[in-house]
Amino acid sequence: MKSLLATLALTTALTLPGLAMARPVTMTTTLADYGGDGAYLAFYVTDPSGAYAGSLWMAGGKSKYYEHLSDWYRATGGDTAQVNGITGASVGAGRTLEITLDLADALFDAGYTLHIDAAVEDMRDSPNEVAVPLTTAGAGTPVKGRRYIASFAYDM
Amino acid sequence: MIRAFHRWPGLLALALVTILGLSGAALSVFPAAERLAAPQAEAGLTVAALAGRIQAAYPGIEQIRRAPSGRITAYWFDQGTPGAAVIDPATGQGVASADPNQTLRWLTNLHRSLFLGDGGRIAMAVGAAAMLVLSLSGALLVVRRVGGWRHWFARLRGPLAGRLHVEIARIAVIGLVLSSTTALWMTASTFDLLPGAAATPAMPAEVSGRTGFAPERMPALQQLPVADLRALSFPSAGDATDVFTLKTGRGTGYLDQGTGELLAWADLSGWERVSQTVTMLHTGRGAPVLGLILGLMALGVPVMGATGVLIWLAGRRGRPRIRGNQPARRAETILLVGSEGGSTWGFAATLHDALTRAGQSVHVGPMSGFAPESYAAARRILLLAATYGDGAAPASARGFLDRLTAADRLPDVPMAILGFGDRSFPACCAFARAVAAAAQAKGWPELLPLDTVDRQSPQDFARWGRALGAALGIPLELSHQPVLPKTRTLTLISRRDYGADVQAPTAILRFALPRATLWQRLTGSGFARFEAGDLLGIVPEGSAVPRLYSLASGRRDGFIEIVVRRHPGGLASGQLTALKPGDSVAAFLRRNLGFRPGRGRRPLILIGAGTGIGPLAGLVRGNARHRPIHLFFGMRDPESDFFYGEEMPAWQAEGRLTRLVTAVSRGERPRYVQDALRGEAAQVAQLIREGARVMVCGGREMAAGVADALADILAPVGLSPAALKAEGRYVEDVY
Repeated sequence: MKSLLATLALTTALTLPGLAMARPVTMTTTLADYGGDGAYLAFYVTDPSGAYAGSLWMAGGKSKYYEHLSDWYRATGGDTAQVNGITGASVGAGRTLEITLDLADALFDAGYTLHIDAAVEDMRDSPNEVAVPLTTAGAGTPVKGRRYIASFAYDM
Repeated sequence: MIRAFHRWPGLLALALVTILGLSGAALSVFPAAERLAAPQAEAGLTVAALAGRIQAAYPGIEQIRRAPSGRITAYWFDQGTPGAAVIDPATGQGVASADPNQTLRWLTNLHRSLFLGDGGRIAMAVGAAAMLVLSLSGALLVVRRVGGWRHWFARLRGPLAGRLHVEIARIAVIGLVLSSTTALWMTASTFDLLPGAAATPAMPAEVSGRTGFAPERMPALQQLPVADLRALSFPSAGDATDVFTLKTGRGTGYLDQGTGELLAWADLSGWERVSQTVTMLHTGRGAPVLGLILGLMALGVPVMGATGVLIWLAGRRGRPRIRGNQPARRAETILLVGSEGGSTWGFAATLHDALTRAGQSVHVGPMSGFAPESYAAARRILLLAATYGDGAAPASARGFLDRLTAADRLPDVPMAILGFGDRSFPACCAFARAVAAAAQAKGWPELLPLDTVDRQSPQDFARWGRALGAALGIPLELSHQPVLPKTRTLTLISRRDYGADVQAPTAILRFALPRATLWQRLTGSGFARFEAGDLLGIVPEGSAVPRLYSLASGRRDGFIEIVVRRHPGGLASGQLTALKPGDSVAAFLRRNLGFRPGRGRRPLILIGAGTGIGPLAGLVRGNARHRPIHLFFGMRDPESDFFYGEEMPAWQAEGRLTRLVTAVSRGERPRYVQDALRGEAAQVAQLIREGARVMVCGGREMAAGVADALADILAPVGLSPAALKAEGRYVEDVY
């Protein structure tokens, strides 16, 4: 969690005085039965201008496949340092990924958008599978992805 | 040493390489199938034209991919619903589902990771490494076996499992080296162990900001043939800052969606290019024929695994543990063994034990490990050598003669050679004799003259042991009981008695066929497969030494039959001829490959006397294909010892027996079987000229008489029994 904060602080230049300014957020992602291998998922945030602000999580450990997460890859240039310490396993079809992170308060209700890029071997690359504005009101509202994600919600 | 590098990776990684080989072979079919099934682009079609066709059919197009097989897949969105299809490039329309093939996916995951994620990937990489080590060490072993790279495809001899193993290996090794090397490269690439990350051009800082330039009109795409395309990604709808991303076999670039201009380009790095080729060589994607060939070679892996285990088991069986074996450089006596089936190792163990108990320090090893420079403390070298086939080195003595002749200096200590073999064969102990001749040519001093042990005779071995003891100045009593094969209990079902009136009481004993286990049926071992002329080993009560009887029946007859004459005071024959139906006896089967009629339709001349008729009668009874058989049978009195006399007329009537010539040795005009042969000299010579095969079974004197008679008969036509023997057309089973 701490490394995430550090990453976000660095990449977004959002200064965080301390943990008091952050809150735990649980992100629940359930995949559809799309009939393929485990999906790679990149969770990242863009600022109000649409510019990349920082990565939250990378599901999938082999960096040679990251180019298929094409929006994330374009935004970061495929820089694996962006997901150092916040990388987990890819998520199988029909499975649910639950991650809890301490996210800075300043990210909410300030025009930031959470994006998920998804890709599956020998199937469609799905950049921007999910794009939801980070708002306190939007917490707990499930959304559906374009191709692979049956439902995604963040709770605080 | 090389053998250890072959055996242990083979046994340890057996399951892994078997799974790799089988799944790899199954996977190899897919690229070829995909190549045949995929609609191919017409020659000269450009990416621009293709993109135009697809965009016309699917306005929400996001990406076009081209697989190395030529299969083109498009991914689009239609009113928020994702769609994907295999595209016919001629129309731009979808023609088949783009969903992944579930069988292919399952096989791929099995092959690459056993469904176990990264741990499984590493395990399979270890399997691939084992396959590489096995291929390289195996290639060296083949070279050693056939005597050099130039003889790579030389004809092989030996047991079936060993031949099969090498036959497959020397064809498949190329493919296995290629597949395992490329597998290791791909694993290294997956785990980021190779330098050179994917080269992508930096995102252009500025784009035109306009949209709507059709890909059909983009010059870069108009010059690009479809065959070079890997993927073309369209900009996301409504994002004017986005670009077209183009990947080809040469690199990656960005195209402006408002002007069609090439904004940036990066060539593939050298590492990427190599990885691309490696992937093609491993998967066959883009090289389907090569893939099929590699798959076929991979199919050899499970067969080599199975035969490899059989070879290993056969080598272990009968090779006893030698307790207190001394290292070669400290031992006074070096005892080297040349054994094929393992029985000579048993003699070596007995000798090692006796010498050790007499206070000697002894090293036992295979003759193939002959290393004169390391015998620092040796006072003498003893060689126990069997022979393989017609004089070849047995398995554990391969390469010995080459090393002996190549050695600059031999140890200046004396040596003794003991040959093991069967004196009824012309090539008996031929390898031991060859070693003795080579040693003499090198001027190696002799401790004892060459001696031989006939058919594993404990008496012969003990006699040689006494001679050795005398030479060493120690009393040496060698009592070796060969390890007996596992016996089965056979139950007598019937007996027929003959010969009582001519002082040669003889019985034809028929035993029930024991049930063969599944393993025996699969491997053809034990009583699961035998032919007339094979040997039945009987272990009489009160003795550990088996007696061998020629079988008068084959497996197909459904019973086991032998002809036994009771010898006065004979232990085994006494017990056998006293059996009543229902009684049983312990027995085992031993093959007699040197006494077989061979295939084909050439006539057979069978010559036998007394109980020697047994296997010959068995051959006649089994002659369902009506091969011409001429049987010469010597007996004492047709009223008393005409074995199988009741069946002979029927066999003749059925065409199983062409001609029967009998010789009767008692009565007014005594005649032996060799006399009968001389009486038919013209016909016998004619048959042999036509390619007939001669099989002789019976006592030693009769066999010698037959050989003399045949020599006389054949001399006029320029042939001799020796020449026929050399051709394998004259075989004997003599006792």
